[in-house]
Amino acid sequence: MTVDRALFLHLGLIAALLAFHFVAPAYHHTNIARIMVLAIYAMGYNIAFGYTGLLSLGHALFFGSGLYAAGLLAYHADGTAGIGLIAGLLAGGAVAFALGLFALRTAGVAFMIVTLMFAQAGYLTVLYFGSYTRGDEGIVIPKAGRMLASLDLSDDNTRYLVALALFAVALLVNLWLARSPRGRIMVAMRENEERSRMLGYNPYTVKLTALTISGLYAGLSGAAYALMFGYAGASLASVQYSILPLLYVLLGGAGTVIGPFLGALLMFYLIDYASSITDAHQFVTGVALVLLILFAPKGILGTIRERGLKWLP
Amino acid sequence: MAAVTLLEARGLTRHFDGLKAVDGVDFDLHQGEIHALIGPNGAGKTTFVSLLSGRIPVQSGTIRFSGRDITHLPAHARVRLGIAYTFQITQVYGALTVFDNVALAVQSRHSHRLRDDAMAALTRVGLQDRADQTAGTLSYGHQRLLEVAMGLGLDPKLLILDEPTQGLAQGEIETFKDIVRGVVPAATVLLIEHNMDVVMDLAQRITVLNFGEVLATGTPEAIRADKAVQTAYLGG
Repeated sequence: MTVDRALFLHLGLIAALLAFHFVAPAYHHTNIARIMVLAIYAMGYNIAFGYTGLLSLGHALFFGSGLYAAGLLAYHADGTAGIGLIAGLLAGGAVAFALGLFALRTAGVAFMIVTLMFAQAGYLTVLYFGSYTRGDEGIVIPKAGRMLASLDLSDDNTRYLVALALFAVALLVNLWLARSPRGRIMVAMRENEERSRMLGYNPYTVKLTALTISGLYAGLSGAAYALMFGYAGASLASVQYSILPLLYVLLGGAGTVIGPFLGALLMFYLIDYASSITDAHQFVTGVALVLLILFAPKGILGTIRERGLKWLP
Repeated sequence: MAAVTLLEARGLTRHFDGLKAVDGVDFDLHQGEIHALIGPNGAGKTTFVSLLSGRIPVQSGTIRFSGRDITHLPAHARVRLGIAYTFQITQVYGALTVFDNVALAVQSRHSHRLRDDAMAALTRVGLQDRADQTAGTLSYGHQRLLEVAMGLGLDPKLLILDEPTQGLAQGEIETFKDIVRGVVPAATVLLIEHNMDVVMDLAQRITVLNFGEVLATGTPEAIRADKAVQTAYLGG
């Protein structure tokens, strides 16, 4: 029996995040909770982009679907957090599936543009129905709506632990998927679509499945974000939120399981640090990305995998 | 001996802007045979097998496989029925391991013995010791063999090999011939090949294409003696 190094590494990350809960200063404690939720989103993005090769610019639509599914239910229908999380998960998956039905008839640049347009349409829909969504101003989710059974998600400690639980499940499912036969087919589709077709795989259904799984992740993350931080606003469904997971994934390493978390962590603190020393913090992140593309186009973990840790999933 | 027909094409046609790449071809494959498809460059060989495998849609005509009309079936569904196509220009997944390349073929038919079946396919082409190697780092000859192993991994009823010996050394060609002989009669082989020694050694029947039409079909001896074939090849 060989030691499953990859499983140990991922369980180790979860354990480290749990340990951090007990020692972290309050400021970083909140940050890491937010990063874990965003990392779920980035993992979902990575399943479409990193593993299957679908470069989408419209994932904010799936994130926003989860965000508003949970937010509107809590705000208008007195929904609780449990219902909100499930609704967000399903909304993200359903919207991704529906978008995929159309958008996956295209590929490459056309796919980028079609997904971008759909997401913009979603963003404008949020603004259009301002009487329900309160548009840019957004809705503040009532405390009752942030109760997960007896757990109060507005409490810092509870929030961190629930975020960690969701993150852990998302991470392990991602690890399982990446090492499963289906994960291999997704990678095959990314590497050579025509070859995969001639091995009996329907590119359309493989990509539609991957995009739907990706949407489930994004929707869950969106719902968790709304419920944990108590707010759902249109800016969280804007194009910026389509680009963020792409940056996280590129930084951490596309097609690696931990890459999205690592990318979200570093990017978050890079922006945080840059904004503390200069108003031009976007310039700093821009420079960081240019350096990344020039010197480590496969991201941090992608480069490490290439240089020796070949077993890294 | 009455041959059982595995694949039957009637009036198969595909034109490209007036170029009659394949023009009204009737063609039969017998179960368990090695059938070679030859013809001068541009005769329509690759287009013809692309119609059979579904990579290019049929313009008119019909294709039946195992008694079933597959004329309008998409390529991936034909693979599932047992038509495997190996590419003329090697198309292995260079970034994946040799094992993963073959595993992708094996898992396509929902095998429950993924590892065993994949290793068996690799063993048949002699690449079993390179399973963990990255496919892109294999030599050209080994990549050709991997391409064949992927075809075998599909456990096909019909294996279409598009110029498999192109660019191989003589020793590698001998290995390759042994592999193909081992495929029949469990499966049927359709071989596009320019190397006449390979064709004459392996094929039980040969079909000659010229300008998108069938010039002749028959045993190697009959084809060798055929005047029309000699004219087409030698320009006589």
